[in-house]
Amino acid sequence: MALSASQLNVGDTTTKVLVDDLSRTQIVQYAGASGDYNPVHTDEKFVTEIAGYPTVFAHGMLTMGMTGTLLTDWVGDGRLTKYGVRFVNQVWPGDTLTATAEVTEIREEDGQHLADLTITTVNQDDTPVLTGTATARLDP
Amino acid sequence: MAVEKFAVEASHIMMFARSIGDPNPIYHDADQAAGTEPGSIIAPPTFVQAGAQFDPDYRLRPKIGEPWMGSGREATSIKPKEPGSADDQPTGMGARGLHAEQHFEYHRHLRPGDVLSATTKPGESWEKQSKRAGTLSFRETVTEYRDQNGELVITARSVGVTTEKAVEG
Repeated sequence: MALSASQLNVGDTTTKVLVDDLSRTQIVQYAGASGDYNPVHTDEKFVTEIAGYPTVFAHGMLTMGMTGTLLTDWVGDGRLTKYGVRFVNQVWPGDTLTATAEVTEIREEDGQHLADLTITTVNQDDTPVLTGTATARLDP
Repeated sequence: MAVEKFAVEASHIMMFARSIGDPNPIYHDADQAAGTEPGSIIAPPTFVQAGAQFDPDYRLRPKIGEPWMGSGREATSIKPKEPGSADDQPTGMGARGLHAEQHFEYHRHLRPGDVLSATTKPGESWEKQSKRAGTLSFRETVTEYRDQNGELVITARSVGVTTEKAVEG
């Protein structure tokens, strides 16, 4: 399943639709699993009347978690050594998110083959919601 | 996050993987996971964030018997302080706090049976002006997760931002 350094090239990309029509229920599901019960993510009355947003929005970490599925599908299970992101726009119920990863470097460090990746997740308007980088261990 | 014992459990990993929409059997099927390179169920890369469940003081979880900032009969159950005081917003925490960045470094991946401890240290802080949200105050924290043998397994760097105004979009 894992990628091999001899078969991977700089510029190789992969893309995945992470979610189509994100539901409020999935946001609730993430709140329960992660333990982050900030009501801005699940409580319509609080978020509109107190926090001043138009509706609830997803946890950044839900978008990072969903984007992580693209990475682990591609590089294999247990192969990531680094994964870091910026949350650049909010994700709302009803959004459809698509993530793309691209190989920026293939290198060797202490005898271990590694690939550096850049990652972008966009919504249905092609607006980036997450940008980031990751590093994965490769087979030779 | 200050956590003394974060026991990594298979059922928690399964529920977490479901919530991020990942059907990969390595997160829920021990028999199938045995035949993979890791050789057992492992946790998804962002699972460690769920260590918040084991932080007794985690402020984004309702505490038994205490008022909660979310809605019940009213839009929030926390009464506003004196008008004009520094914390006269009923929502001082949570409402204007957003997650700006999150970075993980994996020394190894987590498995059911691991028992982690976590210590968090403050990092840098800085301010930025934004047309959309007013003054942005950024605050960095670095959390080290160690396993039952005291080995460092994951280093996490988190940047939180507090916005002056709600950000719509």
